[in-house]
Amino acid sequence: MLKLGVSRLALTATVMLMLASASQTASADPRASEFKLSNGMDVVVIPDHRAPVVTHMVWYKVGAADEPHGVSGIAHFLEHLMFKSTDKIAVGEFSKIISRLGGQDNAFTGQDVTAYHQRIAKDQLKTLMEMEADRMTHLRLTSDEVATERQVIIEERRSRIDNNPAARLDEQMNAALYLSHPYGIPVIGWAHEMAKLSREDAMRFYKRYYAPNNAILVVSGDVTPEEVKRLAEETYGQVPANPEVSVRQRPQEPPQPAARRVTLKDPRAGNASFHRYYVAPSYVTAKPGQAEALDLLMKILADGSTSRLYRKLVVEDKIAATTGGDYSGYGLDSGAISVYAVATNGDLQAVETDVDTVLDDIRKNGVTELELERAKKGLLADYIYESDNQANLARRYGWAVAIGRSIDQVESWPTTLSKVTLADVKQAANDYLDARHSVTGWLLPEEDDTAKGAGEQVGQPVVHTRS
Amino acid sequence: MIAARPLRLSLARTAFRSLSAVFAAAFAIAFLASLSSPANAMKIQTVKSPGGIEAWLVEEHAVPMMAMRFAFDGGSSQDPNGKEGVANFVTAMLDEGAGDLTSRQFQERMEDLSMRMNYEEAKDAFYGNFETLTQNRDEAAKLLKLALTKPRFDADAVERIRQQLLASLAYAARDPDKVAQNQWYADAFAGHPYARPANGTEATVGKMTGADLEAYRKRVFAKDTLKVVAVGDITPEQLGKLLDEVFGDLPAKADLLPVAKTDPVPGGRQTVVDMNVPQSVAVFGMGAMPRRDPDFMAAFVLNQIVGGGGFASKLMEEVREKRGLAYSVYTYVYPYQHASIFSGGVATRNDMMGKSLDIIREELQKMADGDVSQADLDNAKSYLIGSYPLRFDTNAKIASQLLGLRMDNFGPEYVDNRNAMIAAISLDDLKRVAKRLLDTHNLIVTIVGKPTLEQTQQAKKG
Repeated sequence: MLKLGVSRLALTATVMLMLASASQTASADPRASEFKLSNGMDVVVIPDHRAPVVTHMVWYKVGAADEPHGVSGIAHFLEHLMFKSTDKIAVGEFSKIISRLGGQDNAFTGQDVTAYHQRIAKDQLKTLMEMEADRMTHLRLTSDEVATERQVIIEERRSRIDNNPAARLDEQMNAALYLSHPYGIPVIGWAHEMAKLSREDAMRFYKRYYAPNNAILVVSGDVTPEEVKRLAEETYGQVPANPEVSVRQRPQEPPQPAARRVTLKDPRAGNASFHRYYVAPSYVTAKPGQAEALDLLMKILADGSTSRLYRKLVVEDKIAATTGGDYSGYGLDSGAISVYAVATNGDLQAVETDVDTVLDDIRKNGVTELELERAKKGLLADYIYESDNQANLARRYGWAVAIGRSIDQVESWPTTLSKVTLADVKQAANDYLDARHSVTGWLLPEEDDTAKGAGEQVGQPVVHTRS
Repeated sequence: MIAARPLRLSLARTAFRSLSAVFAAAFAIAFLASLSSPANAMKIQTVKSPGGIEAWLVEEHAVPMMAMRFAFDGGSSQDPNGKEGVANFVTAMLDEGAGDLTSRQFQERMEDLSMRMNYEEAKDAFYGNFETLTQNRDEAAKLLKLALTKPRFDADAVERIRQQLLASLAYAARDPDKVAQNQWYADAFAGHPYARPANGTEATVGKMTGADLEAYRKRVFAKDTLKVVAVGDITPEQLGKLLDEVFGDLPAKADLLPVAKTDPVPGGRQTVVDMNVPQSVAVFGMGAMPRRDPDFMAAFVLNQIVGGGGFASKLMEEVREKRGLAYSVYTYVYPYQHASIFSGGVATRNDMMGKSLDIIREELQKMADGDVSQADLDNAKSYLIGSYPLRFDTNAKIASQLLGLRMDNFGPEYVDNRNAMIAAISLDDLKRVAKRLLDTHNLIVTIVGKPTLEQTQQAKKG
């Protein structure tokens, strides 16, 4: 039989109940534990005893938005370089050792966080913690390693951005969305700055931000808080705190008095598409309940084939092949709203007019009671289905704590969500679907005849075969 | 759909160290499914419904929900000539109205029940995925049954989905990764159904009718090829009833077009598709041994060493770690029902594509020549054996893994025997299979971009 545990199930059961009865009062039973090591490192433990495996993550409270000006991409570059060597681990061995132990590892960098994560059989947890604690302060880098890995991130940029028209537009729209805040700079970095990133840039960033008092350990899976605490004290607990770690201060946005527009022509764009971003508050910066209202607003407006945008543009007016959008509320300093529509026949003006009609209607008339109930139910169901997966849980808690939310806030999310009213959603629409805080982007499948050297006709790809 | 609402991550705004996990997901799901098993003893029951439908069941009553995955033989290789893309079209139409429910009513009903239902087609099978909360199970099952037995394929819904499929075809036609993949299959399997684009073409999708969709459904959705796995909060008796409710009205026998056994074309080939992109994408590959071949397991372990093991693999070491030529380079072995392949890919700036491919060929050749060590083998085995429980830690994953086994006609006991099979592979096995598998003269390569390839051509002459 599968080993069944109960500790992580209490909350799920409570949320289920809310889903069944649309209860406004049920509160979530806590299931994650949180404590601090003596050196200031936060620890979150989420037990799930169904399988003898664990997800282990270390989150650093630093991301691309903390980079010095002109050194874009260094947070992500350092993340790559963290897999090189330490006094104890030879070059390139980190991932190989984990692989030999039957584990999987990876890492990612966002604007506000950098996270290293592994999934592994439970009995290997301590080794993993020793290795991760070791590279927190003992990274070794040679200039050759740095030069080689820099080529890798430049290839990564080509794969993710340069080869992808939608990603190229996204980069331009973000740059236009923020007038001063570094969220306008891509996480992976601007190509010309990436080309100059050095070993010294990486080490400077590392020494400043990588420390136990700037990190959060998250372990989910077949563990108890007690055993994680013991192991964490023995490993991470031995790393000295860095007194220079301080609260992050980024340049903040000035008032945004004017809507902006960006048009990108790329022959490889496929159908013409319409995109719109708005600056909005995040779960960190919003007033209580406001971010939840934005989640519900965007679910109703843009999520799936029952959404307002899809109904209007795809089903009724048949001018879009598909539509979508979402609210990303997990930024430290700001959130964002995005909507998009892919035109069926290339008429982006008609698409834009239709999108604005839908947005204006929601600002003027709000949403219906039935829509709100369905949206709540949908988001709660997503929350439950996601909770089936311990890696998702580790991410859910880790990201939230890394941007300063409490375990309590994470676990009371279903309750807060269920309390959002029709008036809250309408208010959110009025406050944040504000053209002055927006960027509108058009992606056109055309030659960019203004760009030097971009005159080559792409047309149908030409195939040459050699047997 | 990615729906960790409180944690919505935007990939465009997040950069990862490695894409290997993404590639594994894209290319190797069914394959991994058939090669893994949980460390803890997981009880797999075989359930037969009163109506005679069989399923595997893993009971897990701790969370009041269940996941069910099922498949019909067929997939896109059952698309008739001239109707390429019909299976894919059907996958997008099964929540677009059924029975008395219009598209909108059906989708709102799904939301009211908090149920999840989606479909995907592979070359050999049509897959369904169903998840429900226990409290809504009976109602959700009725809706699932409607989708499978009485989809409406209304003209306006067909037209809507057609526009979506055409838009994604237009995008894919300029996406170097997708073009490279499609071209590789076209080259490797010319004349066979596997050569055809699973998503169809502008011409075939443009002409598809509701009648075409219904004809495919009637031929393929049938009890004799149905395979079902359920995991979660449901007893064998309850599952028996659910199976009869959902699948009982389907025809007894599928009416499938014959699909010939085949192999990728031998002798080696290289195709370049010109595209004005800063980075070229290459897909390479050749034939491999079938799933039931005694050497298959050794080929699986060999792949782990060559390019399936992420940072622990030879290609990643040589192409990325030592030389910084690429962000991603990978290989996999995939046993289709009618052909097996060993394949992989690399993306690198245009002027380095020739060099990258030379290195890849060289590494494959070295393996074929027996340049593989006991340590390589031990490391690969230790990962493959040690990591197997990681594939069984959620209801949804267990269901996928077990369905993979059923699709390859293995019994539940496979789960218990799998690690011993891997452990039994010797260095001699590995060398023998490397020699048999990795004949680089048979390598089929497709490249999309503006690659510089002189080095490759010289290497080939030599």
